[in-house]
Amino acid sequence: MTVPEMLLPLFFAAVGFVWLLIGARTEEPEFGFHAFLSAAACAAAIFVIFNRYFDRPAEAPPQEIDGKPNYNFDIVRFAVIAALFWGIAGFLVGLILALQLAFPVLNLDLQWIAFGRLRPLHTSAVIFAFGGNVLLATSFYVVQRTCRARLAGDLAPWFVFWGYQFFIVIAGTGYLLGITQSKEYAEPEWYADLWLTIVWVTYLLVFLATLWKRKEPHIYVANWFFLAFIVTVAMLHVGNNLAVPISPYSSKSYVVWGGVQDAMFQWWYGHNAVGFFLTAGFLAIMYYFIPKRAERPIYSYRLSIVHFWSVIFLYIWAGPHHLHYTALPDWAQTLGMTFSIMLWMPSWGGMINGLMTLSGAWDKLRTDPVLRMLVVSVAFYGMATFEGPLMSIRSVNSLSHYTDWTIGHVHSGALGWNAFVSFGAIYCLVPWLWNRKEMWSLRLVNWHFWLATLGIVLYITAMWVSGILQGLMWRAYTSLGFLEYSFIETVAAMHPFYVIRAMGGALFLTGALIMVFNVWKTITVGEEVSSVPAPAMVPAE
Amino acid sequence: MTETYAFLAHLAQSAGLLYFMGIFIGMAAYAFWPSNKAKFDEAAAMPLRED
Repeated sequence: MTVPEMLLPLFFAAVGFVWLLIGARTEEPEFGFHAFLSAAACAAAIFVIFNRYFDRPAEAPPQEIDGKPNYNFDIVRFAVIAALFWGIAGFLVGLILALQLAFPVLNLDLQWIAFGRLRPLHTSAVIFAFGGNVLLATSFYVVQRTCRARLAGDLAPWFVFWGYQFFIVIAGTGYLLGITQSKEYAEPEWYADLWLTIVWVTYLLVFLATLWKRKEPHIYVANWFFLAFIVTVAMLHVGNNLAVPISPYSSKSYVVWGGVQDAMFQWWYGHNAVGFFLTAGFLAIMYYFIPKRAERPIYSYRLSIVHFWSVIFLYIWAGPHHLHYTALPDWAQTLGMTFSIMLWMPSWGGMINGLMTLSGAWDKLRTDPVLRMLVVSVAFYGMATFEGPLMSIRSVNSLSHYTDWTIGHVHSGALGWNAFVSFGAIYCLVPWLWNRKEMWSLRLVNWHFWLATLGIVLYITAMWVSGILQGLMWRAYTSLGFLEYSFIETVAAMHPFYVIRAMGGALFLTGALIMVFNVWKTITVGEEVSSVPAPAMVPAE
Repeated sequence: MTETYAFLAHLAQSAGLLYFMGIFIGMAAYAFWPSNKAKFDEAAAMPLRED
């Protein structure tokens, strides 16, 4: 038995015991449910670790087979499947929310599925569950491939994977039951945050240890982006969640600083969740999968270095633009705005680098829908990072803030950039991981591409119109200086756009369902790559 | 309060500026140093090398 195989069950036994105590003493039924669920998960983990010990060969898997690295792709396969599962769940909840906004009767007067509880379920499911699993899958794949080394750790990667899924379950069920600390994108309460910290630090250690034993002398740029994403998310998560529970037997906690300090910390966290989770992590995907799929080297490796360092040094300061016209001091607002505008340059540098990687291979866009998906994602990255700095300008923000324009902006980034680059990576990974020649049907990939693109266009144009309409109605005055519209009139004016947005969401979800079907077919009946090399071509006589 | 503000503002405008300029120059020098070119050209094709 290895040392981790002895220590990890002890760790789970101790954690499970604490949860049993908490579950027995808490007076909150929702928290009790989480306590017993956690205790049960600890028991299951102990069982799985021992079961695995008795089933596995005595020897640890070799680092190399026939001089080639013996990559650990099992963990990547699990993360791909998890990403597909959470992706569908998250998109579906998003569609339900869009319909609830258009037709409020769909809240059904049930507290568990009211808009306010479902909304964090949607955002967490798509960002952290779908996006997070895509990042787990791609980071574990790319770091092994570009280091030419097997993933470090035996149990540790599995601890990261299952620990992260368990965090998602606790966070998601908590929202539905009304457990939240009410910080956007950081809703999970103190105990879930503690657990995620342990999981995330293990993730960092696995990643660093794999880099440490690399066979390549140079650390490829995608790994730099992944590393920045993992390190910074750890820092942001711990910083924004420094909270004290009112009792060990309660799910409720209070943050250690209140008021404007808390607001500043929250948006330092919130904007860098965008900057490091949704940008740095996904740029790593771009820097590996686009060259790979286009079969072209990166257009400019030098530009990628400038891109990396300037993006990570500028992004961290941009958060205050979420707090224009608030109690936050003006100079801090201006600082946030200035750094946001400066971000324009590195963002577009990165976009150009991604797009120009296709030089000499542009014709592939016509024939390869997977590459088209990846390239369109980079175009959306450019669009969203153009719009973002624009909206961070205080006078523009006075019109756009609190309106649907923000929602449109977020979704042009989330659907167009993050989801499309993820889909592209999944379409690349599935054949590689399951040893298939290609996806089962490229025609279905094409269908996915066009349905999703149409869905995004409907979504973001509806939100632009609705957001600007909303902003203009809010600031319209009569000749006597009274507000021209009551609030409810602006709500009524939104209705047609909410319906269009829901249609866009339905198209996007349909495309994703087609992808899941295609992946399932590829895994079950896809054409295998034959290990016999193709016969050499004979010139025609 | 005003003194703290003046101190911090001064620090940001002087040391902060130098710090960021220094990092930017260092990073750009590393990226564009002629003897690094061969290494970077090789790195650009790293995903394409299969094993």
